[in-house]
Parts: sequence; C-alpha cells; structure tokens
Amino acid sequence: MLLEQSPTTGDEVITNYTINFGPQHPAAHGVLRMVMELDGEIIERIDPHVGLLHRGTEKLIEHKTYLQALPYFDRLDYCSPLGMEHSYVLAIEKLLNLEVPLRAQYLRVLFAELTRICNHMMNMGSHIMDIGAMTPNLWLFEIREDCLNFFERASGARMHSAWFRPGGVHQDVPLKLLTDIADWLDTRLPELFEDALSLVADNRIFKQRNVDIATVSKEDALAWGFSGPMIRGSGIAWDIRKAQPYDVYDRMDFEVPVGTSGDCYDRFMCRAEEVRQSARIMKQCLREMPEGPVASTDRKVVPPKRAEMKSSMESLIHHFKLYTEGFHVPAGEVYVATESPKGEFGVYLVSDGSNKPYRCKIRPTAFSHLQAMDFMSKGHMLPDATAILGAMDIVFGECDR
Amino acid sequence: MPVLHSAPKIASNEGVLDALVAALGPKVVSAKEEHGEIVLTIARDEIENALRILRDDHEYQQMMEMAGVDYPSRPERFEVVYMLLSVTKNHRIMAKVTAAEHTPVPTITTLWPNAGWLEREVFDMYGVIFAGNKDLRRILTDYGFEGHPFRKDFPLTGYQELRYSEEDKRVVYEPVSLAQDLRQFDFMSPWEGADYILPGDEKAPAPAAPAAAPTPKATESKADTGAGEKANEKAVEKESAPAPAKTEDGKAPEAPKETESRPDKGDVK
Repeated sequence: MLLEQSPTTGDEVITNYTINFGPQHPAAHGVLRMVMELDGEIIERIDPHVGLLHRGTEKLIEHKTYLQALPYFDRLDYCSPLGMEHSYVLAIEKLLNLEVPLRAQYLRVLFAELTRICNHMMNMGSHIMDIGAMTPNLWLFEIREDCLNFFERASGARMHSAWFRPGGVHQDVPLKLLTDIADWLDTRLPELFEDALSLVADNRIFKQRNVDIATVSKEDALAWGFSGPMIRGSGIAWDIRKAQPYDVYDRMDFEVPVGTSGDCYDRFMCRAEEVRQSARIMKQCLREMPEGPVASTDRKVVPPKRAEMKSSMESLIHHFKLYTEGFHVPAGEVYVATESPKGEFGVYLVSDGSNKPYRCKIRPTAFSHLQAMDFMSKGHMLPDATAILGAMDIVFGECDR
Repeated sequence: MPVLHSAPKIASNEGVLDALVAALGPKVVSAKEEHGEIVLTIARDEIENALRILRDDHEYQQMMEMAGVDYPSRPERFEVVYMLLSVTKNHRIMAKVTAAEHTPVPTITTLWPNAGWLEREVFDMYGVIFAGNKDLRRILTDYGFEGHPFRKDFPLTGYQELRYSEEDKRVVYEPVSLAQDLRQFDFMSPWEGADYILPGDEKAPAPAAPAAAPTPKATESKADTGAGEKANEKAVEKESAPAPAKTEDGKAPEAPKETESRPDKGDVK
C-alpha cells in the first residue's frame, strides 16, 4: 500500500490496515473468517464472514420425516449434541401435545446437564488455552472424555447420540451407569474441575487477559439478543430452565449465577458456576428418578421395542409404519427454545399435517453472539480478539447450520 | 385441550392476544392463538412501527429470531416471522409479515441491532428484500452464489458443485452431476391421499388438466395418435422417413442405388 506523504510535517500518515483472521485459525474455534481493520494493534472494525460450514441443514430437514431429521441436530453444535435434540423433540411434542413419562423427563434433564458440563469443559478449556495456558485444558478434557463415555454407555455413540426421541428417550439406561455417574459426580468431577479452575480463576495473567475485556451492558445484551452465559455474564438473571421450565426443571433446585461487570472474566466464571449447578441438578435427578417407561406408550408416535415386535402383529405394523412413513404431526407452527449450554437454542417448526416438517428454522445461539463481535472488540487489542471469541463459546456447526 | 407436553412453560396467554390486538389496532391483519403460541400477522409497511410499540409499550425487549418461510402457492409467497421475548413478563409472541419477491419489507435494524444478520440470512435464503438494511449482503452461502436456496422450487441438490482439481491445482465449480438419481421417498400411503400417481398405476385418475379452450381434434401427422402424449412419443419414434419428394423436372426420383453387395467371400474357405 502506498502511504501518503503529509504535506505539512513530512511525516508518514499511517493508514489502517486490514487483516484476515481465519478461515483457518486455531483460535477461531472452527471455520470463521474475520476481516479485521486494525490501527496498529487496536481493532477498529471486525466483519465476521460466516457460512463456510453451511450445509443447508434446514433444507435437508424439510426432505426427511420427523424422526429422520433428528440426527441432524447432533451435528449442529457438536460440542453439546443432546442440548440441540432437546429443543427439537420438545417442539414436536408441543405440536402433538404428547405426554412424556416422568422417568424419560428425568433422564433427559440428567443427560442435558451432563451435556452442559461436557460443553463447558470444551469451551472453558479452549478459552484458557487461547490466552496461553496449556494444563487446565488437558485436565478439563479428561472430564469431557468421561462425559463422552457416559453418552456412549447410554446411547451407543460418543457424540452423535440421537438418544432423545419424540415422546421420550430411545432406550433406558442400565442401573450401573446411573451409579457410575453418581460416583463420578462425587469424586472425579469436583477433583479435576476444581484443580483445573484453581490454576486460572485467581491467576494474575488470566485476569489481565479477561477482566474488563469486552464489557457488555445490560441494555446491549438485551438489544443484541444475547442469551445463556452471555446475558447472565452481563448481570441479567435470565435462564430458560428457571423462567420457562421444561421437562422436570421446575422440580429442580439450582441457582442461576450472574456476572457483575459483563466482561469476559464474568462470562467465564458464570460457566464455571454453571458446571457446579449442573452437578447439583444431576445429583437431584439421580436421587428422585422414578421407575417406569422411558418413552410414551402412544403407539402412533413412538415405535414399540423390537422384542415386542417379534410376538405381536400390531407392534410389527406400528414398527414398520413408524420407521417408513413416520408419524403425522398436526398442522401448525411453534417456536420452542431451551437453555442449551451456549444459550437460547430455538426451533421454529412449521407443520402442514404431513409426515415431514414444512419448515424447520433453527435459532443458533452463535448467530446473535458473533454478530456482536464488532462492537465488543472495538478499541481492544488484537490478542483480545481470541479471548472475546473464547468467552462467546461459538461452534460453527451450529452458527452456519 | 389440556396441556400434556413438557415444552417450556411461559407466562399465561390469557388476555394477551386481545390486549395486543387492541394496542396495535389496524396494523394487525390477523391474529391467532394455536398450540399455545400467539401469532400476529402485521401489515408489511407497518412492521417496524408495530414492533416498536411491542418493544417499548409491551416489554418485548428481545428479538430472538427471524425466520423466512416459503409458501409458493400464495400470491405473496414469503413469510417473515419475528420471535419476540419479554424477559420481564416471561412471555413469547410471534409477529409475521408476508412478502413477495419484489415487495420490500421495512428493516427493523433500527430497533434491534441483531436484526442485521438475521435479515441478511432471510435475504440470502429466500430473496426477501429488506428496505433500509444498509448491509444486505449474502451471509451463509458461498461468495458469488446465485439463487436463493431455501425456496421450495430450489432443488435439494443445488445446481453447482465444487471439487479440487488436480490439473488446475485449484477448486473448480461444475454443474451438479449425480452418479445416481436423487431418491426422494415420502412413504405416504397411497390409500391415504398421497398426491402423486404410483408408477404403473394406469387406473389412477389423471391429474386434472388445466382448463383451456378445447382444441379441435385433428391428426395433422402420424404423431397425433389421439391416445395421449406417451403414445404420441412412441409414434414419433417409430415413424419412418417421409416419402422422397419429386424432383424439379416432374420425374419420379430415381430408384435408390443398389446397396453394396456383401464383400466377396469366395476366398474364404
């Protein structure tokens, strides 16, 4: 670039210059391209280019039956798959007005909270690593590994569980799994988590990199459509699990942590406290979980088990019909949002009365948050961009759909 | 109907619909409450004012989501749906407007800054134009993409595919070519009103022909068999070449030359 000569002083006029952050950048948490306009090392403007992972999930869902569309939700936010499924199955159940047995509701809450822990381990670990600390990430990943093992034992898949189904969950869990989770909550999780956190929570360098970085006021948080830890970090005690309880969250006893100044450190510490509260919810689930069926017995929606199918003609017909044609959902439109680990994950489902969704709009958490990247990082230094991005918790499978 | 499902429970809808309709007055085209969701259809040009009233006077502080929907059979085929959330009243409502390809919807970036990307997405996916949005670029599709992929008439496979070309040492764009046809199953039972004809089901009533002026039946050519299009096509295939025309001097054309006799195979023992 040619620099103009200043006619009066003879000094060079320094113009802003533009750099690309990504699309392949280890701190971008996926394929994010950010066009940054810098004045020296100060960020003047950021234009995030998203969509590099756009797969047309919503269009694909329009061409699948309701049950076939479910596994797409695991692949949106692949760090917290069950959180995505939760919104979708609740949206279908709302259209069908389908009752879910109590045990299934407890199981869903239990695993949704396990998903929250799993997601926060990933996010907090990579946030810490983005600003220079290595060890906590390794320890937090050990917790995440345990979580994935539990998912595998419940559903057979480590990440893409497809375990929440319209009407309940796919399969019951063995008792040994529940007792192992209880042991893990008492021993391994607090030990590993508190050890890892003790390295950073009061660490001078960690605080220098996070405190007072990207402060968001309450008004901005509302106007920019923030949700989840992002809005709580700004001091608004808004948690859909508390305010608009779904499944058995209204029976759960937990607290909603809020930040005081709305900076990256507050968002980080909100997540840390959420992990402890999730463990509390999980323990309560394990204490109170009743026996009973794990899926609705409405055979027009939930297929019978294979064993039943071998001896009953009616079950055989239901099984065949539900796995080919699928169930029909009454015409109508609903918007169902749940508190996924990253914030409000919503599904706007339009049904025309057939066996396929007419339209399934997915409300990703990352879209609103990433959009705020520009105003949040204005005036900060270039290396702060990774801290801001880390505290936003963005996954591109979900952002780009 | 009693609520059996366990989806999120918001504050009661009791009386909310009437209050909002009364407050918005003629801006509301229609309003309904179904499946526990309040949906207000707003006149397109009034959407910004209506949402401002909802935000400032009725405490719907957050605009969480904006969704486009395509209904190709309607005169104004698109719907833009706004999901509003009140964190103080703990309530959600939906507001929607209808739009066609060339009827711009007023932007609401003046009310909520996060509407910017959401409007870009609806524009990208459906081609709905938002008047007043200063940054209406595509957002999710590729740089240089053409068309609006979530329209119902856009094929699932798309038109372009890209691959890395070893010869050119770069990514090249090509028309989509599928090794086998894209199979679309809808599994609808033919006895329960599937709206297509099963292949080979000739007893099924033909789809209603569009009402046009009846054309007089004429058989100009052999291809007009009068037995339907399929038979016509077959007839064309089987039709032999036309008779040779007469030459200028009125004589009948010469007989075609004899075909070449088969090569002498005498030397073949």
